[in-house]
Amino acid sequence: MTGSSLVLHARDLRRDYAMGESPVHALQGVSLEVASGDYVAIVGPSGCGKSTLLNLLGAIDRPTAGTVQIRGRGVESLSDAEATRFRLLHIGFVFQRFYLMPALTARENVELPMAEAGVARAERRARALELLDYVGLRGRAEHRPTQLSGGEQQRVAIARALANRPALLLCDEPTGELDAHTGAEMIALFERLNADGTTIVVVTHDEDLAGAARRVVHMRDGHVVSDTRTR
Amino acid sequence: MLLTLVRASFRRRRTRTLLAVTGVAVSAALLLDMVMLSSGMRASFRSMLLARGFELRLAPRGTLPFDTEATIDSMSAVVRTLQANPDIVAVSPVLGGQLHVLLGDARLSTVALGLVPAVEGDYELRAGRNPCASDAMVVSQPFLDATHLHVGDTVRVAAGYDTQMRALTGQHTMVITGIAHFLYMPADARVVAMPIASLQAMIPAPNPDRASLFMLRVRKGADVEQVRRWVERAVPRATAISTETAMQQLDDRLRYFRQLAFILGSVSLVVGFLLVSTLVTVSVNERLGEIAVMRAIGIASRTVILQVVLEGTAIMIVGSALGLALGLVTARYLNGILSSFPGLPAAIDFFLFQPRDAWIALGLLGVSGIAAGIYPAWRGASLPIATTLREEAVG
Repeated sequence: MTGSSLVLHARDLRRDYAMGESPVHALQGVSLEVASGDYVAIVGPSGCGKSTLLNLLGAIDRPTAGTVQIRGRGVESLSDAEATRFRLLHIGFVFQRFYLMPALTARENVELPMAEAGVARAERRARALELLDYVGLRGRAEHRPTQLSGGEQQRVAIARALANRPALLLCDEPTGELDAHTGAEMIALFERLNADGTTIVVVTHDEDLAGAARRVVHMRDGHVVSDTRTR
Repeated sequence: MLLTLVRASFRRRRTRTLLAVTGVAVSAALLLDMVMLSSGMRASFRSMLLARGFELRLAPRGTLPFDTEATIDSMSAVVRTLQANPDIVAVSPVLGGQLHVLLGDARLSTVALGLVPAVEGDYELRAGRNPCASDAMVVSQPFLDATHLHVGDTVRVAAGYDTQMRALTGQHTMVITGIAHFLYMPADARVVAMPIASLQAMIPAPNPDRASLFMLRVRKGADVEQVRRWVERAVPRATAISTETAMQQLDDRLRYFRQLAFILGSVSLVVGFLLVSTLVTVSVNERLGEIAVMRAIGIASRTVILQVVLEGTAIMIVGSALGLALGLVTARYLNGILSSFPGLPAAIDFFLFQPRDAWIALGLLGVSGIAAGIYPAWRGASLPIATTLREEAVG
């Protein structure tokens, strides 16, 4: 894999938490490389460190040791303000619980990161509608989250994550709160996203979602135990 | 987008926002009333003293105007002396006394002022004409209400009552020529005013040429304090009181009153601050997950701080605007009650609205609104994102 095609390069990541007298070693030297256009599923039992790894890859937490580079930029040493700006422009997040702003409409939720990035009002409105169209919710643009189903909310969350054209889409159990049918629709959406060039790293317990990925990374007790390319 | 978020946050918690705004409005109204109270009496007293442009008042030595029945003799000589100073452009002598009005078998007491109509500074004529003839007098509306007389009517008045003879003395017939509003008298006072020579003649005294008070108008640009010192030297039997001296005396007498207003105003400000601070803190605590997600997707802590501070400030501003209206209504009501205290001049207002007061109250509330948002804003902006999201997921 050439350096230029690498979107993500994490090396020897460690994360310890202080819990009482003895620290918890959530991650114990994890290394991971993700190429542009890849679709990686990270799986493993609860407490194995998947979400901790995702937080470090997304620069919302700092490793105790190790480095994370996204598009060649080391993110572990960024200041809080720099990390925030970096996330805004280069990383998209999708959470298990959708976490949309309940008082904003679907369109306004998608516009939020663009507004923060300084995109002009007309341009961000057009892009928000384009993204909602992409996830099949053009007709629900002016609805608030409480007026949308779980699947629809997650689609809005995906549109929001793509708003600033991120280099990397990080998803934490994106089908965790959805029924099987809606989950399947979501899996199809991720496949389409990846086919259209989006690099995706997803943490999941959902075997169907993991099965749809091009690569599956198994974790256990803070270690990567296998890394398998399925397609 | 920031304003959209703030609006949306209020919309989401309408009842709570409404209650908070109402609470701030009550607090702001109290603050405004206290600010108006602390400066209102002073401002209205000053405005009353200067209503007719007389900056100096001359009372018998050691007394305040109309504080006692003492008078200054040789009025004509005093007027001539004062008029000799080119810095004094008008001298208005006033004699105070009491008259009995004869209404058939009944009689009614009234305050009487003797003055020089051409330079008087005691009343504003509301109807009719000034009392230029020796048997003419203008009267207050309460006088007409009590006597059922009208402008143009003739009335018998007496200056004294002989207890041994059981008879009224010094009776004269006077004609009512006008209705006047007396600036320094209570609104319900029965007052008559006539040429000073007429009143001097009515009320017996060893030296009829006398006055209770001289009001002096000073030339524009002249140093009032310098003129005051000159007057005290020229008329050693009198005490000259400038408007500024009177204001200092008033300040001394109102010190406790103003301290009370200051304390109550401060309490209302603190209550408003605590109210908004509590509301915004609760609101932020309820939205920790949302804020953590905002931070995770790249919303700067500066934006989060601005949003929270704006929420607090918006509640304060809207509440203050409503409080301004509420404060004016309550001030008007309270002023009506306090102004009806017996003996107070009608021109004295306890609560006087001055734009400066409103700006002070609004400014204080605005600053406290910003301050009220600072702690919750800091709390929201400094959240550990990963930990908060994990706790939210577990919760």
